Amino acid sequence: MQPLATLKHTPFHARHKAAGAKLVDFAGFEMPLRYSGDVREHLAVRRAAGLFDISHMGEFDVRGAGALAFLDRCVTNDVAALEPGQALYSPMTRPDGGIVDDVLIYRLRDRYMMVVNASNIAKDFQWLKESAPADVELTDRSDQTALLAVQGPRAVEVLKGHVPDAALDLGYYRSLEGSLFGVEAVISRTGYTGEDGFELYFNPSQGEKVWDGLMRAGRGADLEPIGLGARDTLRLEMGYMLYGNDIDDSTSPLEAGLGWTVKLRKPAFAGKEALERQKSGGLLRKLVGLEAEGRRVPRHGMIVEQGGRPVGTVTSGSFSPSLEKAIAMAYVETACAGIGTALEATGGATRIPVRVVKRPFYTGGTHR
Amino acid sequence: MEFPEDVRYTSEHEWARLEHGTVTVGITSYATDQLGDVVFVELPAVGKQLEAAKPFGVVEAVKTVSDLYAPIAGTVAEVNPALLENPALVNESPFGEGWMIRIKPNDPGDLKKLMTVEEYSRLIEEQHA
Repeated sequence: MQPLATLKHTPFHARHKAAGAKLVDFAGFEMPLRYSGDVREHLAVRRAAGLFDISHMGEFDVRGAGALAFLDRCVTNDVAALEPGQALYSPMTRPDGGIVDDVLIYRLRDRYMMVVNASNIAKDFQWLKESAPADVELTDRSDQTALLAVQGPRAVEVLKGHVPDAALDLGYYRSLEGSLFGVEAVISRTGYTGEDGFELYFNPSQGEKVWDGLMRAGRGADLEPIGLGARDTLRLEMGYMLYGNDIDDSTSPLEAGLGWTVKLRKPAFAGKEALERQKSGGLLRKLVGLEAEGRRVPRHGMIVEQGGRPVGTVTSGSFSPSLEKAIAMAYVETACAGIGTALEATGGATRIPVRVVKRPFYTGGTHR
Repeated sequence: MEFPEDVRYTSEHEWARLEHGTVTVGITSYATDQLGDVVFVELPAVGKQLEAAKPFGVVEAVKTVSDLYAPIAGTVAEVNPALLENPALVNESPFGEGWMIRIKPNDPGDLKKLMTVEEYSRLIEEQHA
C-alpha cells in the first residue's frame, strides 16, 4: 500500500473528507470506502438512491477511420452492432483467451470511448497501443474525466430538471451527450448495482459544481453518498465481475459465465481460436454462486472442497445486506458446478458449508 | 479518536475491564472503524480455558473478517447473548453493550501487563502518522 500522501485524488476528494468518509488506497487513488456504514449505504441504493464517485476508472478515446475494426478485434462482444449512443459490456481478451480487462465501449457522436478498470489503466493502454494500426488514434483521457454514478430506484427523481428530458427516457445501456447542471456530459443509463441509474462522464474542472448540484437535487429522493464498500456488495449480489478477483489474465470469459459477450461468429478477435477450442473441448472449471449456511462468510482466496478434496477457489465473498446471508463466487470443477451441489469453503481451521446457487443472488433490482 | 480510561488495551485492539473479579472483553472503537458493519460474532463456550494472546473467537464484518485474541489467560465465565441477535451492538457501543465475553482470570494481576489508554492512544497515532 502506498502512503496516503502520494495517492491520486479525484475531483471530489474534499467532499469525501468533509462528509467524514473513511478513505483508503484503491488502485493508487485515495477513495471513500464508506461514509455512514456499509449496510446502510447498500440499502439506501436498493431502496432510494446513492451517489458514487468512480472517477478512478479510466477512459480512452478511440478515433480514426480504423477505430471500429480495431475495437472489434480487441474485444469479444460485437462493437459493430452498436447504434449511436449505445454502450456495450465486453471482456478484452488475450490470444490465449485470458481476460486483459472487462470494459464498457460507448459509440459517441465523434468517437468511441472505452471505460476500463482503475487498476488496469496503464496495462490496457499499453496493450491497445501495441496493436493499434496507423488509422486509429488512441488517447488516455482518464485524468481529464470525472465519473459519478447515481444509482437506485429514485435515480430519475434526482436528475429530473438537471439533464435533458430525453436522458430520463434512455433505455438500459443507452447514452446521450448533453448538459448536466450546465456542464457538458455523457449521460449513460448504466451501472454496477442492479438498480436503475446513470453514469455521468464530464470535465473534472466542474466536479464540485456537479457533486453539490446532485446532493442538493437528491435531498427529496433520500440520495446518499456511497463508498466502495457498498459498491462491492451491490455488485456481488448481482453476480457482476470484479476484475482482479473473479476474472483476470488467467481466466476466460467462458469459464466466468460471460459466454453471452463472446461472439464467436465474428470473423476475428484476439483469443477467438482459444475460446473456440475451450468451447468445443468443454470447460474444466466454472464460476458459480455460493450461499453459505450460517453467518461465516466465504472470503476471497478460500479453498472450496467436496468431501475433503479441493475442487476450487473463492474469488469474492461477502455478507449480503439485502439477503442477510453470506454469499460468494468461486471457480469450481465443472462436475461440482450444478445448482444445489453441497461444498465447503475452507481456510485454516475455518470450514463453511456452502451450496451452489443461481446468479444473480439478488433478483429484486430495478435496472432494465 | 478518544478511548476510555477505565480499561486496558491490547495491540490487537481488544479492551479488558476488571469488574467484580471478572474481566469484560470487547474490541475498541478503532477496531470497529476499521472493520465496518459487524454481522456476526463467533464466541467460545462458557467454561472454555483461554490462553493469553491466543484466538478466542471471530468477528465477521460485511467486508472483512478478524480473529479475536484473549487479552489475558482465564476461563470464559459469560458470553454476551445480545450479540447473537444484534451483532451491530459492536459498532454502536464497542466499549459498552457491544462487549463480547467475561473471563475469570487465572491471575487478575495479568491485566497490568496490558496497555494503558495513553499507550494505546500512542499506538493508534503512530499507525496513522
